[in-house]
Amino acid sequence: MKRRSSFFSLFSLKGGSIVKEIPLQVEVNAKRRKLKVPNLSKTRKRSDFFWAYLMIAPTMLGLLVFYLWPILQTIYFSFTEWGAFGQYEWTGLDNYKRMVDDANLLQSFKNTGIYILFTVPIGIFLSILVAVLLNQKIKGKSVYRTLYFLPVITMPAAIAMVWRWLYNSDYGLLNYLLSLIGIKGPQWVSDPKIALYSIIVVAIWSGIGYNVVIFLSGLQGIPKTYYEAAEIDGAGPIKVFFKITLPLLSPVIFFVTIMSFIGAFQVFDLIFMMIGKGSTALEKTQSIVYLFYQHAFVLNDKGYAAAIAVLLLIIILIITAIQMVLQKKWVHYD
Amino acid sequence: MKKWLIMILTLALGLLGLAGCSSSDETSSDGKVEITYGFWDKKQVPAIEEIIKLFNEKNPDIKVKTELTPYAQYFQKLETAATGGALPDVLWMNGPHVVQYAKGKVILPLSDMAKKDDYSFDNYPKSLIDLYTVDEEVYGIPKDFDTTGLWYNKKIFDEAGVPYPDDTWDWNKLKEVATKLTNKDKGIWGYAALMGNQGGYYDFIWQNGGHIISEDGKSVGFDQPEAIEALKYNISFIEDGLSPTQAQMTETAASELFSSGKIAMMFDGPWMVPEYKKNPDLNVAVVPKGKQRAVAIHGLSNVIAANTKHKEAAWKFVQFLGSKEAAEVYANTGTVIPAYNGTQDAWLQSVPNLNLKAFIDGVDYSVPLPSVENTGEIWQYETDILKKAWSEEESVEDAVKELTKKANEALSNN
Repeated sequence: MKRRSSFFSLFSLKGGSIVKEIPLQVEVNAKRRKLKVPNLSKTRKRSDFFWAYLMIAPTMLGLLVFYLWPILQTIYFSFTEWGAFGQYEWTGLDNYKRMVDDANLLQSFKNTGIYILFTVPIGIFLSILVAVLLNQKIKGKSVYRTLYFLPVITMPAAIAMVWRWLYNSDYGLLNYLLSLIGIKGPQWVSDPKIALYSIIVVAIWSGIGYNVVIFLSGLQGIPKTYYEAAEIDGAGPIKVFFKITLPLLSPVIFFVTIMSFIGAFQVFDLIFMMIGKGSTALEKTQSIVYLFYQHAFVLNDKGYAAAIAVLLLIIILIITAIQMVLQKKWVHYD
Repeated sequence: MKKWLIMILTLALGLLGLAGCSSSDETSSDGKVEITYGFWDKKQVPAIEEIIKLFNEKNPDIKVKTELTPYAQYFQKLETAATGGALPDVLWMNGPHVVQYAKGKVILPLSDMAKKDDYSFDNYPKSLIDLYTVDEEVYGIPKDFDTTGLWYNKKIFDEAGVPYPDDTWDWNKLKEVATKLTNKDKGIWGYAALMGNQGGYYDFIWQNGGHIISEDGKSVGFDQPEAIEALKYNISFIEDGLSPTQAQMTETAASELFSSGKIAMMFDGPWMVPEYKKNPDLNVAVVPKGKQRAVAIHGLSNVIAANTKHKEAAWKFVQFLGSKEAAEVYANTGTVIPAYNGTQDAWLQSVPNLNLKAFIDGVDYSVPLPSVENTGEIWQYETDILKKAWSEEESVEDAVKELTKKANEALSNN
């Protein structure tokens, strides 16, 4: 409970119980200080800082070298045009101007948008449902939990390959089953109208497990006393769910929503693996990151690819910021 | 303020730690010169190790370290390495990339060194030397080669009572037999009209007298009548229901359909021998002729990186890799057709029940795979645009118009 609320305080300065704890610690420190020699505390403080920084240095360094520096470089490269073997020249806003009438980019935004609109809400809804069910006292609970978590520990590439075969229009299991009841199944991953939705199904299926685990820990953090009180007051299970479970789960839902949004914006591997290079459905399925990959590593157009990455970064920032503002209306911290 | 100082110091400390990880040795401790050899095919590791052993018998002072990178990442990795001046001393190169690497000056021209050492390029098929010649300088010593053959399923032919393909076949005959062999009830297609350039529409365009890239390298020939006719001929197999559709072939690879007896005939290269020899029903013949005979030839070569610190040692190794001795090792292991003239016989016998000679026969009328500085970009446009014609979304005329425009733009950027 304590750990959870401090974790979410990252997203909200209200920070639940941590607010209550801090004054307590200050009091203890104050008492201690009165007892000891005051001069010592200053040097002590400095060496504390030293050790603290030393301890976080490896992580900080990793962040700076592997995250912050590449981000800055990407922003810089988005203003350049690349030739072979790392030669590039400053071209100002050219890459961004090119974006305006890039039909492929627009289409990839649409594709990613549809993908997000389906995977995020449906994924979260199903995850909550499964988490609540798995939180009941049922037999073989751990077996179910394992089953739901299995797709998470499976390599995305393996998932994509297996689903590709299930979806195969001539020899796949899915169309075989449909043929038994006299339906001629569609070309799941080749028909431009259907392919994106086929991918969405796989994405939701493989993403549920991870969210369920987070929701489960959230559910178990809700004090039993609330439920007991509700029971005494005569509330039915549905009322309990909407009045107690859901509001108390809202910080977790918020966290999962943000993470799902970011994850969905960055979808790449499923599309890369399930839709072949020469596929007729590629235009209608390629995501923003797929297009980025295409420009950066296939077409060797790294400047434009960097511009796409920067645009994506800005969009994710804006959407996350909007969510931060909106969360005040629906997220309850205890 | 002090806080910041401490923070910077800790950062510096960390950086020092990181820097400590990356120290590199130039020469190994026993005074030998060490060179690295970069390549991508795991199947060839045993042959390469044997060749290095033979090389070391003659050159004990040169130690060769191998560096295997899977093909999917090979050129991405090379490009980064070339940018940082860290290419392996000797490495595999393919046709589509050689011009880019030669013009980028990251690989060395070999002509001068060859002249000095009296090293002859006549021991290899001329089309392969041409493939690795950029601005009249030879950059790579051919290692192996591949052409295309018409693979077929004997069982399907026998059941339909049709004689097997031979060198008298032309476009009409191919179409005629494909029609006879197609059997919708059994789910058998007569032919697979692949959307691939080498061993696909390039071959047909050349057979029809067309060209891919003009002599001056300034334009592509996809919108020429010969090319349009060739593409239409290829796509007509799909339109007439003689070939799986483009969508079907992206879902299930044509090679898989072929090896499981669902396709009667298809074009494919010698690299499929290890796979297709598992099915005793399969065999191979020369590709049918159009207005003329033509087949794409492509082969790999060994090149020397411009950033090498041991040019002499690298050149010695490349010479040895191109030698008859090394070619014989390749031939005996049966994985690739060695490029050294006259060493192909051993390869022919490596799978006796397949008519592998069909691939060697093609050499006489073979055309090198076109290579320009931005071949990769043009190939990408081909896949993106021609697939619309293959899936019958767009007419061949409209598709080649768009393709020609984009490809010509790419060429003019050179």
